[in-house]
Amino acid sequence: MPILEFQDVSKVYDKTTKALTDVSFSVDEGEFVSIIGPSGSGKSTILRCINKLVDATQGSIFFDGHNITTADKKEIRKVRKKTGMIFQHYNLVDRLSVIENVLHGRLGHKATITGAAGIYSEQEKENAFAILDKLGLADQAYKRCDELSGGQKQRVGIARSIMQEPRLILCDEPIASLDPSSSKVIMDHLSDINQSMKITCILNLHQVDVALKYSKRIIGITSGQIVYDGPPETLSKSKIHEIYQSSEGELITDVE
Amino acid sequence: MSELAVAGAAANTAAQSPLSLGVHNHIKKTPRGKIKTAAKSKSNTVIQITVLVLLGLTVYGFLTFDYKNIDLATALASTLDNASTMFLQPRLSYNSFSGAMFALLITFSLGALATIFGAIIAFFGALLCAKNIANPLVATVVRSFVAFIRAVPTILWVLILTIAAGLGSVAAVAGLTFHSAGYLVKAYSESIEEVDNGVIEALKASGASYWQIVFQAILPASLSFMTAWTFLRFEINFSTAIAMGAAAGAGGIGFDLFMAGSFYFDLHELGFITYIVVIAVIVLEMFATKIKAKVR
Amino acid sequence: MLNKFSEKLKNKRASSKAEATQDTNVSQASKQSSNTKATQDAELTQDAKISKWQLDKSSVFIKRKRTFTLAFLGVAVLFAGSAIITNYNVIEGFTSIPKVIIWMVQNLVPNEKSWEHLPSILSKLAETALVAIAVTVCAALCSFFFSLLGTRTTKANPLVARVVRVIAAFFRNVPDVVWAILLLFSFGQNVLTGFFALFFATFGLLTRIFIETIDEVSSSCVEAMHATGATTLQTVFQGIVPSSMPSIVSWILYMIETNIRTSTLIGVLTATGIGYAFDTYYKRMDYASASLVVLSIVILVIAIELISNQIRKVIM
Repeated sequence: MPILEFQDVSKVYDKTTKALTDVSFSVDEGEFVSIIGPSGSGKSTILRCINKLVDATQGSIFFDGHNITTADKKEIRKVRKKTGMIFQHYNLVDRLSVIENVLHGRLGHKATITGAAGIYSEQEKENAFAILDKLGLADQAYKRCDELSGGQKQRVGIARSIMQEPRLILCDEPIASLDPSSSKVIMDHLSDINQSMKITCILNLHQVDVALKYSKRIIGITSGQIVYDGPPETLSKSKIHEIYQSSEGELITDVE
Repeated sequence: MSELAVAGAAANTAAQSPLSLGVHNHIKKTPRGKIKTAAKSKSNTVIQITVLVLLGLTVYGFLTFDYKNIDLATALASTLDNASTMFLQPRLSYNSFSGAMFALLITFSLGALATIFGAIIAFFGALLCAKNIANPLVATVVRSFVAFIRAVPTILWVLILTIAAGLGSVAAVAGLTFHSAGYLVKAYSESIEEVDNGVIEALKASGASYWQIVFQAILPASLSFMTAWTFLRFEINFSTAIAMGAAAGAGGIGFDLFMAGSFYFDLHELGFITYIVVIAVIVLEMFATKIKAKVR
Repeated sequence: MLNKFSEKLKNKRASSKAEATQDTNVSQASKQSSNTKATQDAELTQDAKISKWQLDKSSVFIKRKRTFTLAFLGVAVLFAGSAIITNYNVIEGFTSIPKVIIWMVQNLVPNEKSWEHLPSILSKLAETALVAIAVTVCAALCSFFFSLLGTRTTKANPLVARVVRVIAAFFRNVPDVVWAILLLFSFGQNVLTGFFALFFATFGLLTRIFIETIDEVSSSCVEAMHATGATTLQTVFQGIVPSSMPSIVSWILYMIETNIRTSTLIGVLTATGIGYAFDTYYKRMDYASASLVVLSIVILVIAIELISNQIRKVIM
């Protein structure tokens, strides 16, 4: 059974701007999927529809067998608990410590009051340290997040999402603000999480070459519609140009 | 690669401590043996102390104020009653509408004059105290003087000047100008300090005189910011001019407010004039926002 | 108002700087490409571009000159009109300055007798300072709660958010003197008159400022926390509070300083606090004691400004 299924999903912003039009696809447990497409093509909207940061206008989305388009507040929280998210700008609470930000991954699992007061069990704290250690950040645990580099911040973001014990991790342009070497570190961690922990990963990527290298499946999207869905091997150059609505020689990937 | 899996599995099963020895070196514990989470930062400590001190002073204030045995509930209830009369039944009886509009125009003009004078004085003041172009000694002196000027409430300037220069617009404008100039010197000098030092150095190297640098490099580069500040100050001056009219008899719509409330005791009139003022303030704000957007 | 506003301006400046560097990049690029002798055609279009660019530049200068002249004329007309309407005598305005300075130097100096009033002045000053602090703290607490309903980040009901913004705008735009006059009816000559008058005005201003602050500093981390399944209350205490606290404290300090000045004004109007002390000496023509009042206010305000600046340096 697929962990995620989109059935004819459409999203219209402000009653006029079409972001998604009849998008259908399904993702099996353990897959590593990259979504590529030009800016404003609806990649971000797809991810945000999955954890209900954005509500789809039409169609149905099934997560783990449940239709989440009609989910109420409680069910939404359940979905979000099982779904980690990683952001381009890391979206950490900059003034809190690294370890506190990692522990934020537990908030969905906690009672409102203990979570609001920032009370975590010793076990949770030790787990947070273990995750930080594996990501090579244990020595930074008591630093404030605004003291970290971009690559380190993104690793905190990853730690926070693992802390949720998610079934699925959504990555919204995870390396768009990073230099090439930090980008590699982050991509390696993500693919490690996918392989060793069997967590499904769906990534929005700008870098076609990175998407081709790391993912087993690529979804190409243009103007809110899926124009390609398949393995990287069959993604031809002309298809890439179709996705980016460009002609030969206009894309950075054309430079060899 | 599989290390993450171990950590993840540990998180999932919450079994015994999965921590390697190396990690333990990084864990800090509280005196009670719990793992610490908060970052040790001076900033958080200072915030906490500041908040605690302010809360303490607030409580101390409430305990020591001389309330003169006022019946708070009754007073609040009657204020609410008065407010509803004022805001729900606005009516002019002592002033004509055109009279009130003219008074509004006077207030507007007082604010405008003070802003123009304040801006001119502040421009030269800012040249004297912007860190990147001024003599450090002169800058310190000017800054301290300006801080002094700004610390005196405008109402006191207006009252003092009323004795010294006589009742009338001269005293009101001068009083408003003091604080405007002080405020704008600070704002302008910050705008000047933002100007790229390279530009100034390049002009200096080409042998430009001081005033050439000021008018060819500094003024064009900081003009839009100065304009924005000036309009913001104009909005403030308008409100202050209203207050001066009410509290120092400086004329204009503020004086009408004072007369309606404290002389005729006419809540309807007070309400009507308040609406005029509120509308004027909103219109002014919208106008200023438009101009600021254009200057940009 | 100052620091917030300057922050915004700085952002603007940064973006315009970015644009400027882009411009220079483009012009450099165009120079380079014209150096590497490409085809004749490319050169021609390149030249055309450059000359067009120069044309644009010069028209920019002409336009700038015109706006400058217009702005100057506008200010001159505004000045003349304002002077006529307010009966402002420009000559007197300038000739009065030396007169005023001489008067101030002669009269506004504390003398021996005035020092006897110092204890009573200081106690009034303390009262005014405490009122300013209490007002600001209470207003900040209410404003923070209200701004949570008004910000986009908590996803409160949009109708509620709009109502909150309208209420804040109302309290902000009604002048504080109006509140003072209104409260004077029921509260009379009481410390609470000034308290509530200042409270309403501060509440209106801080609510708007806090809404902007929260939207600006915490929308991204709140989005991430919502995505983990955190409840709104959790995002408030774990996300919004820690990230917006420094700005909020900085604003509170600024408002305390402003409110000390404003409460002097309201004190004159409602016969309370340090404003009343000044007014009393002023009306008795005891200018030496009045000057002592001014001096004490100045010292207090500058002290608060210095402390606030030190605190800001650490927390921001």
